Amino acid sequence: MIPISGEVKPAGRRRRAGSDGRFFLIMGGISSSFVLLIVLMLLADLAFTSVQDFKDALMKPEIQAAIWLTLLSCTVSAILSVWVATPLGYVLARYRFPGRWLVDTLIDIPIVLPPLVLGLSLLILFHLEIGGWQLERWLRNTFDFQVTFAWPAVILAQFSVACAFAVRAMRMTFEQMNARAEDVARTLGYSRGQAFLYIALPQAEQGMLTALTISWARSLGEFGPILVFAGSTRMKTEVLSTTVFLELSTGNLPAAVAVSLLMVFVAVVVLIFLRLLGSEAIR
Amino acid sequence: MIEFRDVIVQAGSFRLGPISFEILQGAYAVLMGKTGQGKTTILEAICGLRSVAGGRILLHGEDVTGWRPGDRGIGYVPQDLALFPRMSVREHLEFSLKLQKREKIEIRHRVEELSDVLGIGHLLNRSVQKLSGGESQRVALGRAISGNPDVLLLDEPLSALDEETRSDVHELLKRIHTSTAVTTLHITHSEREALALATQRLELKDGQLQVSGVTTNAADSQTTGVTA
Repeated sequence: MIPISGEVKPAGRRRRAGSDGRFFLIMGGISSSFVLLIVLMLLADLAFTSVQDFKDALMKPEIQAAIWLTLLSCTVSAILSVWVATPLGYVLARYRFPGRWLVDTLIDIPIVLPPLVLGLSLLILFHLEIGGWQLERWLRNTFDFQVTFAWPAVILAQFSVACAFAVRAMRMTFEQMNARAEDVARTLGYSRGQAFLYIALPQAEQGMLTALTISWARSLGEFGPILVFAGSTRMKTEVLSTTVFLELSTGNLPAAVAVSLLMVFVAVVVLIFLRLLGSEAIR
Repeated sequence: MIEFRDVIVQAGSFRLGPISFEILQGAYAVLMGKTGQGKTTILEAICGLRSVAGGRILLHGEDVTGWRPGDRGIGYVPQDLALFPRMSVREHLEFSLKLQKREKIEIRHRVEELSDVLGIGHLLNRSVQKLSGGESQRVALGRAISGNPDVLLLDEPLSALDEETRSDVHELLKRIHTSTAVTTLHITHSEREALALATQRLELKDGQLQVSGVTTNAADSQTTGVTA
């Protein structure tokens, strides 16, 4: 029954106290659980190790070599990833062509494939005999260049995963960019290549830095493909992720934890540096 | 002169045409029609940004159907203006002049002249990301006409402007057309704009194109050809 007299409170003016507070409490609670998990893991690592363990680990020449190879290989594979991902991301974002879906699916394979399988596939690729010809042998005989179980294998194993992530980042960057500016440049005389180089690419600076960051971080964490394809030879193909494995397998848990924390420290420093570089680029 | 001869444009499931029309040399033509009818598609086909599935496009008597966009002598102002975010106002005005490999002194004079006409002389060194809507509009127009194009294509260039700025740009378009006599095709939804600017009027309705000759007032127009 519709009231015809008495006080009727307008619907829009009803007080709904605390609705925002509850919202932020629920959202904050769910979000902080993940952050808390990471913080607790790091604190547990710190509690487990000591400064002396850390020093001892850092003084080992094989770990020092692993640090340098890690920094170098991650940087090279990240640069290579962005170099390849930029044109590939642009083509996927801008053009519809036959087999595009297939290319799109193939790029995702290194992301979904178990890391060990990826390493095994790389190993097979370089050692498969085709009519008496083998890629690894050809590279060694022709260029005196060893890939498998040497430092190039470390970079290639890192690159094969990191590049897939970089392509995703670059594709998203170009998809969010207004393609019309490139069209206008073409009506004024630019070729497609010039429109890409001088109109699209300068706008993609931030996306390229993001792709570089993701690739670098992925490369740092890569373990499975490196172990299978490059091996884990001390002073030769050992990187920090495989150091943790080697120290663990010899029962040296304090050293493994110390190296793990070192990896966290290196990752944080590099990521902060790249973020700062990114904010400079935005400015 | 812009000429369409049985042009068909296919973009996914959208198909336009066959369409035929003729815009006279030096005319200021307005293209009207409801949203989604294919007005922008026509402009993109003229620019060469959208390939045609059939028919021929002629600019000043020359068949440009297979030509690259940059070889067609077109100045294009898209609806969203699409300014180059990393360039200054000056770089926009110099853009096609540099591509045409004009002398430095000539480029400088042309930029000065254009910025005076467009009223953006004080903005030359500013990044286009720091411009107002009206200023951006003028820069986009300047970029399109700086290289003296044979044809000027405008895709709803006034739609995002306030009333006052719109009248200013109206006047500016009139002035530019009077002084350059560039053949212009301007997409609009505004009857007022059509009345104020058009010497020829095209209307796209259900895939059919009506071409009307207009003298001083669109209301006096008489249909001269219906093609589709």
